[in-house]
Amino acid sequence: MCRVVDLRQAVLAKNDEAAHTLRAELAARGTVIVNLLSSPGSGKTELLERELLLARERGVPVAALTADLATENDAVRLARSGVPVKQVLTDGLCHLEAGMLGRHLDGWLPGDTRLLFVENVGNLVCPASYDLGESLRVVLASVTEGEDKPLKYPTAFGLAHLVVVTKTDIAEAVEFDQAAFLANVQQVNPGVEVVFTSARRGAGAGALLDRALAVAGGTAPHAPVMAQRQRAEAHGHDHDHGPDHDHGPDHDHGPDHDHGHDHGDGHDHGHRHDHDHDHPHTGSHTHRAGHGHVPSEAAGFPPGAPSAVVPTR
Amino acid sequence: MHEMSIAMAVVGQVEEAAQAAGATTVTAVRLQVGELAGVVPDALAFCFELACAGTVLEGARLTAETVAARARCGSCDREWPVGMPPELCCPGCGGASDVELLSGRELQIASVHWEDGPACAPVREPIPEEA
Repeated sequence: MCRVVDLRQAVLAKNDEAAHTLRAELAARGTVIVNLLSSPGSGKTELLERELLLARERGVPVAALTADLATENDAVRLARSGVPVKQVLTDGLCHLEAGMLGRHLDGWLPGDTRLLFVENVGNLVCPASYDLGESLRVVLASVTEGEDKPLKYPTAFGLAHLVVVTKTDIAEAVEFDQAAFLANVQQVNPGVEVVFTSARRGAGAGALLDRALAVAGGTAPHAPVMAQRQRAEAHGHDHDHGPDHDHGPDHDHGPDHDHGHDHGDGHDHGHRHDHDHDHPHTGSHTHRAGHGHVPSEAAGFPPGAPSAVVPTR
Repeated sequence: MHEMSIAMAVVGQVEEAAQAAGATTVTAVRLQVGELAGVVPDALAFCFELACAGTVLEGARLTAETVAARARCGSCDREWPVGMPPELCCPGCGGASDVELLSGRELQIASVHWEDGPACAPVREPIPEEA
C-alpha cells in the first residue's frame, strides 16, 4: 500500500538537537562557545590570536578550536598565545557540525574554560546553516572584501550576533566605504553591533573578548530578525500537526568526514575514513601552555615532539 | 557546498521514519526550502540522488518547494516580500526594531510517499470518506 505521510521534520533537527545539548552541557559547567565565521583570509586567526593573548593576560580561562580542510598552521599560530588550542581537520568538509564539535571537545576541553572560541572553516556559506551550540555567533569581514559582502552572504551576516570588521589599518588604501558596509549589514541584520578592528595596530583590541564575556556573564546577545522562530501558520498550512517530533539522541548520519591529524604516524591526510573514529586522546597529547613554537615548525612536527596542538582523530 | 550533508540528513531522517512505520520503499520526498535557508535546490537534488543509493529511498523523487521570504513591521503593520538579498528593514517606515520574519528560513521535510506493502497504486489525493 502506498501512503503519503506528513513528516514535517526540520532537516537539520539532529544538528539542532546536538547543538542544544552541547550548549546546555557547557552552560552547566560555565563555558560558552563563540562561533567565528568568515571567508578565507579575512584575518580570523590573527584577530583571535590577539584576543586569546589578552584573555590570558587578564586571567580569563579561554580555549580555541580551529577547523580547516588541511594544515595545522592556524593552531600553531593560536597556540603562541599560550592557551589550550586544538586543530580539527575536516578533510574537505566545508563546515563544522554540532555533534562533530562535541566529540572533539570530549576529554580535551579544560573544565574551567570560560570561553571556547571556535574558528569555523573559512567559508561564509555552509557554516551559517549549522548551530554549533554557540552563545555568540560572530561574522568577520576584512576591509578588502568589499562593502557588499553582507548582501552577498545574507545568511551568514543575517544570523550574526556581532559583526567584526578586520584590517582597518588598510581601509584607506583599499577605499573601504564604511557607511555603505554598515548600511548593508543593517539591511540584512537590523540592529546588530559592528566593531572595527586592526590586529596589527591594536584598534578594537579586546572588543571581541569583552562581548564574549558579557554573554558569558548573562547578557543576552543581539536577536537577529533572521534567527526568529517562525510561525507555522505563515506557510499557508491550515491544519495543525502538533508539537515537534522527538528525534531521540544524536547519531551519525553516514560517513564521518571529519578526522584530525595524528602527529608522528605518517601524516595520513589523504585517507578518507568511512567509519566513525573515536579515539579519545589522553593527557599525553594535551598541552595547556604554548611550547614556543616558531612558524618554521609548522611544516611538520618530529615524531614524539611536544605539541601545543592536540592531535585528534 | 553543504548540500551533501543536507541530503544525507534528509535521507537519514526519512529512513528512520520509514523503518519505524514498516515501509519498504520510499518513492518521493517533498521538501520546503525557504529563500533564506542557504540551500541551492539543484545542488541538493544532485546530492539527494547519491545519498539515496543503497537505502529504502533508492530512486526516490525529490521535490523542493521554495518558500518565499516575507517579513512584517510591528510599527506600521506593513508586510513585504524580503527578496534576495533580503531587505529586513521596513520599506514603509524604515523601522528596524520591530521587524518579524514570517517565512523564508524553512528547511523541512514536508511529506514522504512510501510503500508498506508489495503493491503500490498510483498516488492520488485521499478521499475523506476513505478514512
